[in-house]
Order: sequence, then structure tokens, then C-alpha cells
Amino acid sequence: MGINTYILLTILGCGLVTWLSRVIPFILVKNFVLPTNLIKLLSFVPVAIMTALVIQNILIFKIGSWPSVNWLNFGAAIPTIISAFISKSLLIIVIIGIISMALLRFIL
Amino acid sequence: MNADLSVKTSVKDVIPTLFGYIGVGIAYGVVAQTAHLSLLTISLLCLIVYAGSAQFAITTMLVGSSPISAIILSTFLINSRMILMSTSMAQYFKRDSLVKNIQIGTLITDETFALGMNKVAVTKGKLSPVWFNTANVIAYLVWWFACLVGALSGKLVADPKSLGLDFAVVAMFIGLLYLQMIGDRRRKLRVQLEVILIVSSSLFILGRFVNPEIALLSATIIGCLGGMVVEKWA
Repeated sequence: MGINTYILLTILGCGLVTWLSRVIPFILVKNFVLPTNLIKLLSFVPVAIMTALVIQNILIFKIGSWPSVNWLNFGAAIPTIISAFISKSLLIIVIIGIISMALLRFIL
Repeated sequence: MNADLSVKTSVKDVIPTLFGYIGVGIAYGVVAQTAHLSLLTISLLCLIVYAGSAQFAITTMLVGSSPISAIILSTFLINSRMILMSTSMAQYFKRDSLVKNIQIGTLITDETFALGMNKVAVTKGKLSPVWFNTANVIAYLVWWFACLVGALSGKLVADPKSLGLDFAVVAMFIGLLYLQMIGDRRRKLRVQLEVILIVSSSLFILGRFVNPEIALLSATIIGCLGGMVVEKWA
């Protein structure tokens, strides 16, 4: 499928809403003083959002039924977590994760 | 990771996250190529939208000839978490110029946000635009490159899945989460574990009733609110 007006408009529209979501908070925070409680709330965003991103990859979601476990990702996550405890190095954690998944796929 | 905020250190800091971009990028390229998107379309998606999960959704919807408004709304929903991340990150750049703030915001991603928050924990609250922009630009170019490699290789090379590369991004977030928890000395580990528990259980329950994007966003907000409550008690 070559590029046409439909595709181009879609990309521009999606690009615009994504860019605004990324940039407007920076402009607002720079120009206004945030209430202390909001700053406190935001300080939990990193841990909360990273947890949600990890869980979304470990479970399989389907509206109408309880989430089930993605056993392959779960299996690869265990050595990855252990390597995190031991190494405390992001590079090692990612490499162990990749190797664990490759091995699991090879074995299963 | 050390407290230095130079270009050189930024390059070193961003390297582990690149595996995630490469893994997901190649996978995306393969999917986009299978959906018969041209290299130009794929490049424009990477360079203008620049968002992994949204690009997958857009591609699927383009193939299904969905209305433009529906695709844009889905993209906004999927990327609405950026609002939380940008608001949270912007506080470290309040003293920098508006242009620098817009530069950082334009290319911020889940990955560079998480990396930046890890860095903040190490530098005790300091970040520099040059450190963040370097990481952002490298991630941006690697993402584009990886998507193109996936699109060009198509079915020729081995499935990135068999190499375990698709798990790189999950491993990366596991690593960033763990390093965030142990790096942030301002907060008790118990409170962080409680936030993780609140987010996980909210996500589990919400996952049954609403779509994944809304579940992710709501669970994150519930986790933040819960964190405030448990910290008060702790």
C-alpha cells in the first residue's frame, strides 16, 4: 500500500495528538506552580507506570474474563529479576532477559 | 550509572535501553511490511508519531480502513500515559528555557522517561537538557533504523522472536523498575512495594472491564493515590 491522503492525514493527526500529550505538560509545568499534593502524587508515577508496563506484558488481558498469565514471559521474567538483584546493571539485566527468552523458546 | 550529566555519559546510559528499541522496532517493521505499508509510510510513522504500541495499533487500523478520527482517538488513548510522564519529568526542567523543555518533551518515551527517573535517583534530583536530549535523539534514530531493518528483512531473516529480542523491552522495564526502587533513597522500600501491589491488583481487576490503555492509565493513577495514602501511614 503506497502513501495516499488517507494515510498521510492519519499519520499527521496521530503525530499531533501524541506530540501535544508529550509537550503540553512541559509548557504548563514551566509556567505554573504545581500544588504540593500534585507534586507528591506525581512522585509515584515512575514506579507505578513501570509496574503497569511490566504487568501488562506478564499477563494476557481480554475484556470479559480475568487476566491470565503469559507463561513464556513469566518464565523469562524470573531469571531477569534474579539478574537484577545480583548485577544491578541494566545492560546485564536486558541481556539475561533476551537469553532467557531465546532459551525458553528453544527448549519448549 | 553515575551522577555525570555529559553527552558521553548519556550515550553510555542509554545503551542498555537500545536493545528494547531494536527488539520492538524490528518486530514492528516486520508487521508493517506484512501489512504492505511502504518504507516511506513506515518512516513517517516512526519519525512523526514515534510511539511503539500506537504504531502497531495504527498499522492494524490502516489495514482495516478505519476512519481517521477513530485511529487518532485510539492513538491518543494509548499515548495518554505520556501526559503523566511528561508532567512528572517536567519538574526537573523548570529552570531551563521553554525551547529546551519542548525539545525534551517532543522525543520523550516510556524508556527515556524511566531512564531519566533512574538518573534523577542517582544525581539526587538533577538532570540536564543535554543529557536528556542526547538519550532521546539516540533512541529516536535507533527506533527508526530498527523499524526499517525489520521492514526490509521481512521474512528473510530469522524471526526476531526466536532470538528472544522481543523480550528485551520487558526485561528493560523490569530492570528500570528494580533500579528505580533501590535508587530512590527518599522513599521507603516498603512504600514502593505497596505501590507495586496496588498497581498490579488494580490492573488485574480493571483488565476484565476496560480496554488495556484505560486500565494502564487508571491503575497508574490509583497506584499514585494509594502511594500517598500508605506513605502517610508509614
